Amino acid sequence: MSTEGTAPNPFRRRARPGELAIQGFLFVCGALSIAITVGILYELGKESYLFFADERVSVVDFLTSTVWQPQAGRFGIWPLVLGTLMISLIAMAVAGPLGLLSAIYLSEYASPRVRAFFKPVLEVLTGIPTVVYGFFALTFMTPLLRSVFGANVVGFFNVASAGIVVGILILPLISSLAEDALSAVPDSLRQGAYALGASKFDVSLRVVLPAALSGIAAGFVVALSRAVGETMVVTLAAGAAPRNFVLGQDSLFGYVLNPFQSAQAMTGYIAITASGDLSYNSVDYNSIFAVGLTLFFMTLGLNWLSRRFVQRFRQEYE
Amino acid sequence: MSVEAPPRTEDLFPTDAEYRRLLDRRTRRARLFQAMCLLALTTAVVALATLVYTIVNESFGWVAIVNAREPEEVVADLGYDPAEVSLADVPYDDLVGLLESTIPTGVGRRLEREQRFYEDRLVFEAAASWDALCASEQAPSGCTAPPRDHANVLALVEERVIVPDVIASYDLVPSLLDPDGFTRRLEEGFAAGRFPDVDIDSVHIEWRNWFNPRFLRTPASSIPEIAGIRTAILGSAWLVLITIGFAVPVGVGAAIYLVEYAKPSRLNDFIQTNIYNLAGVPSIVYGMLGLAILVRALEPVTSGAIFTTGPPPSDNGRTILAAGITLGLLTLPVVIISAQEALTAVPNSLRNAALGLGATRWQMVRSHVLPVAMPGILTGSILAVARAIGETAPLILVGAASFITVDPTGPFSKFTALPIQIFQWTSYPQEEFRNIAAAASLALLVLLLVLNAGAVLLRNRYTRKARW
Repeated sequence: MSTEGTAPNPFRRRARPGELAIQGFLFVCGALSIAITVGILYELGKESYLFFADERVSVVDFLTSTVWQPQAGRFGIWPLVLGTLMISLIAMAVAGPLGLLSAIYLSEYASPRVRAFFKPVLEVLTGIPTVVYGFFALTFMTPLLRSVFGANVVGFFNVASAGIVVGILILPLISSLAEDALSAVPDSLRQGAYALGASKFDVSLRVVLPAALSGIAAGFVVALSRAVGETMVVTLAAGAAPRNFVLGQDSLFGYVLNPFQSAQAMTGYIAITASGDLSYNSVDYNSIFAVGLTLFFMTLGLNWLSRRFVQRFRQEYE
Repeated sequence: MSVEAPPRTEDLFPTDAEYRRLLDRRTRRARLFQAMCLLALTTAVVALATLVYTIVNESFGWVAIVNAREPEEVVADLGYDPAEVSLADVPYDDLVGLLESTIPTGVGRRLEREQRFYEDRLVFEAAASWDALCASEQAPSGCTAPPRDHANVLALVEERVIVPDVIASYDLVPSLLDPDGFTRRLEEGFAAGRFPDVDIDSVHIEWRNWFNPRFLRTPASSIPEIAGIRTAILGSAWLVLITIGFAVPVGVGAAIYLVEYAKPSRLNDFIQTNIYNLAGVPSIVYGMLGLAILVRALEPVTSGAIFTTGPPPSDNGRTILAAGITLGLLTLPVVIISAQEALTAVPNSLRNAALGLGATRWQMVRSHVLPVAMPGILTGSILAVARAIGETAPLILVGAASFITVDPTGPFSKFTALPIQIFQWTSYPQEEFRNIAAAASLALLVLLLVLNAGAVLLRNRYTRKARW
C-alpha cells in the first residue's frame, strides 16, 4: 500500500510532543553517566596537569622516584603504590582461598536450607560500612597481631592488619560472585559427570570449577579492584607515613616489604590530605588529583580486565 | 605362528585389596576437601561475627568516672533538694544561671554566638555588639538559629560544670565474665600510682551503656562521656534525602531509557559499558569529583549564594547539598543497574499487549511495565541508598566537618554524618572515644539492618505475588 499522494493519511503517526519530551528527558538521564565520566576525567586530568606544571614536580620523577615527601617537594608515586599493592595482595591472600572454598561449599555441598541461611547473611555483611571495618582493624586486629607477634615487631599502624581486614571486607563479595558463577554452571554437566562415576569431589573440582573459572576470575579481579580503592580501613589502620625506600639500599624484606610496619596507601594519602586544612591551588591540593588519576586508571584497568575475562572465556551453554 | 595370549583380567583391574585402598583414599580426599570448604565458610562467618562482637563488646561495660563537681552538690547549691530533684529536672532558667555563674564570659559568648539561650534576651553578649555582629558579613549561626532547648543546655552544664572524666573502662565480655575484675584492676591501678591526680573516694564505678537513648539525642562534644550523635544522625538523614531525591529519579529514568527506548547503537552500547565502569570507580574518586565540581566550581549554588540576595547561608560550598549530590552520583550506577534488572525481568508479553492495544511507548512504560517492576526497583534503590549512608571517603573529600554541635537546618548547612563521626572518634587515641565510636557504629549498623531487612521483606513479598 502506498502512502504517497496529497490526501492526508489518517494512519500517519501523530506528532506527540509530550512523548518526545519524556523520551528526551530519559535520554538525558542515561547520558548523564557519560557526563559523570567526562567530569571525573576532566577534573582529575586538569588538576593533575596543574600538578605536573608546577616547577617542583616532574612527570619522570612521579613515575620513577621511590620517595614521596610532599613537604620536601619530592613526589614519586611508588611508595604509595607499594602500600596499596601490599595491602591488596594480603587482602587477596586472605579472601581468595576462603571466599572460593566457601563458595564451593555453598554451591555444591550445602543443603538448600543452609544456603538459604548463609547467602542473605553474607549479602547483608557486604553492606557493613567500611569505616566500621576500620574501627575493627584498630581495636581488634592490630592488638591481636601485636600480641601474637610481639609489640616490638608489629607497629601500631601496620600493613598486615589493614590487609587482613580489607580481606575480610571483600570476602563476602568474592564468595557471592564465585557462588553465582558456580551456580550458573548447568546441572547437565554435573549429571553427566556423576553418570560416568565421578564423586562429588571430582564433580566440584574437575568439572564445575573449570566450567565456572571465567566468572570466578572476573569476581577475583572485581574484588581486587575493590581492595585497591578501599579507603577507610587503609586510612585508619595502615598509618599516615609513606614508605619511602631506595632500591638496593634498603633491606627488601626487613623494610621495603615488611608487613608489620606502617605504609601509606594511595587512598590513605588522598583522605588524610583532604581532611586537613587544604587550600585550593596548592601543590598538595593538586597532588591528590594526580594520585587519584593513578588510582582511577588502576581500577579502570582491573574492571576492564574482569569484563574481558567474562567475555573471552565464557562457555556458552544451551 | 604363535598367538599372543590376551592379558589376564587380574592385570587389567586392581585386586580387591588394592581397589579398596584406592577407594578409601578417594573417599578420604573427598571428605578432606568438603571439610576444608566448610572450614572456610565457618572462618568467613566467624571473622565477620568477630566484627560485630568487637562493636558490641566496646559499646557496654563498667567505667570509673570522676566528676569535677558532683551533680547532687550542684543541685543543692541551686536551692533544690538533691534527694528529690535530679539535675535533669532543674528548670531551664536555673541551668542558664548556673552556666552564667560558672563559665568564663569568653566561652559563654562563643556558645551564644553558636546558638543563643533566649529568643528575647542575651546572656553573655552585649546587645549593641550583638546587633553589629549579626549585621556584619560573618554573622554567626546564633543570629538565625532557634534558641537552645532544655536538653541542649543540660548537656552544656554537664560538659562545662560537672565535667565527668572516665579514668578507666572495661569491655562488655570481661565485665560479664569477671564482674569484680574491674574494681580489682582499678585498685591495683591506684596502688601502682597510675592515677596521681585522682582521690580514690571521688571515683564512681557504674555500668555504662555507651549506646543509649541519650547518646542518640545529644550533640557531639569534646568530652566523650557526654558526646552524642544527634547532629550526625540529622546530617545523615539530610544526606539520604538528597541522595534519594537525586539518584532514584535519574537512575530509574536512565534505566527506562536503556531498557525500553534505546535501540542497539554505538552510543547506547557506550552508555551501558560506561555505567558498568562507573559502578567500579572507587568512592573516593567520586569524592574528588564532588570536591572539584560541586564544592569549588559550583560554589555559588552549593553554598546557596545565588538563591538569596543577602549574606549566603553558608560561606563555602562544603554543604549538605554538595555532599548529598556527590553521594547521589556515587549511587547512580548501582541504582541504574538494579532498575535495569527489574525492568528486564518484566515479560515482553505485557509490553506487546499494551502496544497492540495502541498504547504509546510511554503509556506502555508508565501503566504496564513500571507497576510490575516497581518492587524490584524499590528494593534495588533501598540497597543502593543503604550503601550510600555508610560511605565515608567521599564525605571526607567534600569536607564534612568533624565537630559540629548545631543541628543542620537545611541543604545549605555545614554538616557532619554518622560515618564521619565514627572515623573521627576512632582516630583519637583516648580509650573512651573507642567506646563512643563503637556505640555510633552500632547505631549505624542498626539503621542499615532495618533498611536491608525492609528491602528483603519487600522483595520476598512481591516475588511471591508476581506470577505469569
